Amino acid sequence: MEKQLLLGDEAIALGALHAGLSGVYAYPGTPSTEITEFIQANTLAKERGVHSRWCTNEKTAMEAALGMSFMGKRALVCMKHVGLNVCADPFVNSAMTGVNGGLVVLVADDPSMHSSQDEQDSRFYGKFAMIPTFEPSSQQEAYDMMEEAFDYSEKQCLPVLMRVTTRMAHSRAVVNVKDEPRKENEKNYNAVSSNWVLLPANARRRNDIVTAQQAQLEEDAAHSKYNSLSPALAEGKAKLGIIASGIAYNYVSECLPDSKFPILKISQYPLPKQLVRKLLEGCDKVLIAEEGQPFIEEQVRGVFESHNIGGRLTGELPRTGELTPDCVGRAINMATNSTLFTLQSSHEESKIVASRPPQLCQGCGHRDVYTALNEVLKEYDNPRVFGDIGCYTLGFLPPYKAIHSCVDMGASITMAKGAADAGQWPAVAIIGDSTFTHSGMTGLLDAVNENADITVIISDNLTTAMTGGQDSAGTNKFEAICRGLGVPEEHLHVVVPLPKNMEEITQTIRNEINYHGVSVIIPRRECIQTFRRHAKEKKAQS
Amino acid sequence: MKTDIILCGVGGQGILSIATIIGKAAMNENLYIKQAEVHGMSQRGGDVQSNLRISSDPIASDLIPMGGADVIISMEPMEALRYLPYLKKDGWIITSSAPFINIQKYPDLQDIEKELSSIKNVTSIDIEKLAKDNGVPRSANVILLGAAQHALGIEYEIIEDAIRQVFGHKGDAIVEANIKALSLGKNAK
Repeated sequence: MEKQLLLGDEAIALGALHAGLSGVYAYPGTPSTEITEFIQANTLAKERGVHSRWCTNEKTAMEAALGMSFMGKRALVCMKHVGLNVCADPFVNSAMTGVNGGLVVLVADDPSMHSSQDEQDSRFYGKFAMIPTFEPSSQQEAYDMMEEAFDYSEKQCLPVLMRVTTRMAHSRAVVNVKDEPRKENEKNYNAVSSNWVLLPANARRRNDIVTAQQAQLEEDAAHSKYNSLSPALAEGKAKLGIIASGIAYNYVSECLPDSKFPILKISQYPLPKQLVRKLLEGCDKVLIAEEGQPFIEEQVRGVFESHNIGGRLTGELPRTGELTPDCVGRAINMATNSTLFTLQSSHEESKIVASRPPQLCQGCGHRDVYTALNEVLKEYDNPRVFGDIGCYTLGFLPPYKAIHSCVDMGASITMAKGAADAGQWPAVAIIGDSTFTHSGMTGLLDAVNENADITVIISDNLTTAMTGGQDSAGTNKFEAICRGLGVPEEHLHVVVPLPKNMEEITQTIRNEINYHGVSVIIPRRECIQTFRRHAKEKKAQS
Repeated sequence: MKTDIILCGVGGQGILSIATIIGKAAMNENLYIKQAEVHGMSQRGGDVQSNLRISSDPIASDLIPMGGADVIISMEPMEALRYLPYLKKDGWIITSSAPFINIQKYPDLQDIEKELSSIKNVTSIDIEKLAKDNGVPRSANVILLGAAQHALGIEYEIIEDAIRQVFGHKGDAIVEANIKALSLGKNAK
């Protein structure tokens, strides 16, 4: 056993490698990015030739991982929570096909939306797709669970969903790691086509099998070492019992270090109702603490309606947002009508501190793009700019205040098209290079096919910048992609976003807005952050 | 022992390298560690913080409760004030005195200094100037660490060793610059 100080994401990555991983497939997304980055830099992964190159989006990642599983090897897919929407089709259907080699789908949720558009809870997806779900409560558990998740996936012939949240993904702790990594699986041809070809007749049979399997999965969860009730129920009824899942368990433990109240820790789903029933029968009241949406709470209420249950739905805990030790402490106080949790502030909040939102870096090319765009759009009545996901979403904030929408990856182009269909002009889409290849290309084809009256700006900084500068799938291919999709040569332009080129850029934008059809302008200059990093690396080499 | 530390500043100021050194020192001392970091969007010039907890006993929560922090180490004076509700009654604030102004509504520096001085245990140092004046311009954050060492519950020499380990691969010159910076911080008033 060796001790290492690891981020939750790193513990997951190392756990997967030590479990005999043959490939990780992912698109960068906070807070999941560091898993794939860790594997890319890991010596064992390099020696073994573990696949770790970034994928174009979460759907291509999920499908490639499924292909590796089909061949009998162990594959990991990583994404942020909204990425699961992108790959929902193959994810849900992977329960229908089942797996051959172990397949773990790691999804990092972002409650409180530190870097996200919503706070959807991926455990609902696990239940919906009938896929067993693991939710580690510590970095050590994250590491240990990885091997069990792969083993369990192979045993049940189903993928396993591993759900973490921001505080687990981005928090470090000391982790004991194994000395001997497991070998990779050999390639095999055990995948049975009648399971993998989801024609209705096959799919119906598989659907019955997977549905019938759910009882066993719940039974396994009831006996999982990660689901435990402690301290044991005593004679008579306890005043309070607590159900705590994932990282919420840590906040409960922080507030009640030597709890006299029975605590049911949940880290493996389907929700083991027999454990819940046992707790409820032994307690006057049950408080449910879970990071994310009230997933357990809604199920418990549905089954045990008459019990006294507190949680996010009753106001003991905030309905939305991340949990903290403080809000969990307050909930315990409320539920017990006491002051068990006593730590309080002795300093008042400062009244002079100003908010400091993130902003585009000094010297960033997106700044020059927005300066030019704003300059031109002043000349029109009611222009609308449809934004997208990336650093350039910060163009919403002052001083630019340049975009009117940002919804999901790729929505800039399709929304601009829909707006143009509704009669809007000028309708401008602004999208980054990586977001364009992730989900913008198909929308551009729709626009080209109808010669929609839109101007698309692909602000190309040669990287996936927002998540820290990962490779971008389309680098050096954008003109070819646009031509291939049918954008006319005379309406496809590349400019260099620098203050000295402002006249050329503004004139190009103006001309293309005035052209009533699809045009694409590609302002291209390397991200200032990766530029500095590359310069540093060059200096270190010489 | 148990020390709860809030490290804070503006994205890009290098609070995580302070955390790395303390983390390494705590590992060498066989302590338990939990360190919640901020990655992603706020790293672009926004306010950033890290909760670093070290203890001889297991640590449950990754986050420090309100009123629980023994020390706030801040690369920026206004950012130090942002986390006041987390500071213990007699906790320490160790902060850089130089403001980082990238917003329009930055408060009057005198108001910040006044509020800081109303707190019992505060060390405010112009670390950038001290670093430049002493020929270690890239080690301002380690000066701050040196000034905070007395409040961490870890011996000075253990932090020195951690610096040697963390910067070792960058060569002797960088190690020595950081050892010097640590001592500048320890002796700064």
